[in-house]
Amino acid sequence: MPLPYYVSPEQIMKDKAEYARKGIARGRSIIALEYEDGILLVAENPSTLLHKISEIYDRIAFAGVGKFNEFENLRIAGVRHADLRGYAYSRGDVTAKALANAYSQALGAIFTQDIKPFEVEVLVVEVPERNGGKNEIYHILYDGTIEDEVHFAAMGGQAEEIRRFLTDNFREGMTLAQALQLGVRALTVTQNKSLNPGDLEVAVLDQTRERRKFRRIGAEEVQQVLGR
Amino acid sequence: MQEAWHRAFANHVTTSFVDLLRAESPHLLPQIGPDRETERPAVSIPHGTTILALKHRDGVVMAGDRQATEGYQVAHRRIEKVYKADSSSAIAIAGAAGPAIEMVRLFQTELEHYEKVEGENLSLEGKANKLAQMIRMNLPAAMQGLVVIPIFAGYDDKADQGRIFMYDVTGGRYEEQDTYATGSGGKDARNTLRRLYRKDLSREEAVRVALEALLDAAEEDVGTAGPDFVKGIMPSVKIISRGGFEDVPEDEIRRVAEAILNERREASR
Repeated sequence: MPLPYYVSPEQIMKDKAEYARKGIARGRSIIALEYEDGILLVAENPSTLLHKISEIYDRIAFAGVGKFNEFENLRIAGVRHADLRGYAYSRGDVTAKALANAYSQALGAIFTQDIKPFEVEVLVVEVPERNGGKNEIYHILYDGTIEDEVHFAAMGGQAEEIRRFLTDNFREGMTLAQALQLGVRALTVTQNKSLNPGDLEVAVLDQTRERRKFRRIGAEEVQQVLGR
Repeated sequence: MQEAWHRAFANHVTTSFVDLLRAESPHLLPQIGPDRETERPAVSIPHGTTILALKHRDGVVMAGDRQATEGYQVAHRRIEKVYKADSSSAIAIAGAAGPAIEMVRLFQTELEHYEKVEGENLSLEGKANKLAQMIRMNLPAAMQGLVVIPIFAGYDDKADQGRIFMYDVTGGRYEEQDTYATGSGGKDARNTLRRLYRKDLSREEAVRVALEALLDAAEEDVGTAGPDFVKGIMPSVKIISRGGFEDVPEDEIRRVAEAILNERREASR
């Protein structure tokens, strides 16, 4: 049996990171941004059945880019984590922070231990109860790196450009319509192409709702809001 | 290769929260094991009393009194016995209060878990069967005296009508056509329901019939409490229709209960 070639750990990590980044860059982008009543999530996703944005728990939502089967796995693990915790303790004890940490641990372990890293990035967002508190947006990368973002976040193929666009154009206290228009503009401007409401997957965490804050916004409603 | 496939599917996503709980945290499953041969618990525990359900034109009305009794004592005056299960169904509980409330919590989580993982709701039939399995899980405890008997009702989108399910301790599931009531005052409530029920009740009429039945149950059964105008405790009444689950506001319940009592006062004068 021939001896395996020696490859330095730096090289392995670099290769894995490059591999994961390439996979993610091929995917379409997702944006999360604050508006007056909570957090808006906009994704470019022509499928109405395979979701990139989903509900995790009362005040927590999830978004993933990259390989569908991989982030779908993470999403379900998240729902399980949240439901178990909420049942064992109370609904208020389920937090985005704990979930984001769990994702970070899982992705970090997969990145270092498995041959193939997950080609995904995920967002975990949470709105506070009605009585004050702040929105939380966690961005977890393929290698388990975790960042908490302020006001908005973007991931996927055009993440950099979108982030720059939003830095220039984001305002606090936007209405849902304004936020949605900004989100769609960010997706279109950075890609030089127009998007129909049917190409978008849109959802909100709306603080004004009762217990479950998550709500999907269908293509028809998107069209109404965008006024096309 | 085939084995790997099997494992992949078996390990992947059970959409049932109960299965998940059994695998991950079995100590959290609401189960009181039959350690010794069906000995009845020496301690007395609170029991929920009367609950009922009846159909109306647009769906189902469910109601329950607010009292839990422990032997001949009042254990709690404001217990809630009718719960929202999800957006289109409700569950009411009678029997041992502790295990019953735990069962409701597990059932609610089960439905929500399925909905989130699958991206769509279970059918009403599916929900009713799931509840039957949970009651069967409780059978060892039931044999020791901790009986939990719920009524499950909801709006069936496919059949386009409200439906009512009753259960026995073994998890037997039976669908009721129009009305049902159970708990210690269940028999009295059933009599009233039978007398006053007719097809095509409006929402308001159905709420009134439900309260009439509860008042009669409270009159005949010591475990069941009527509306308490001094402490301001009203029975709880919920409605499930095509539009979803809805609490009947306490003001409306008070108004209707007062009207019924006034009529009875007039009649007995």
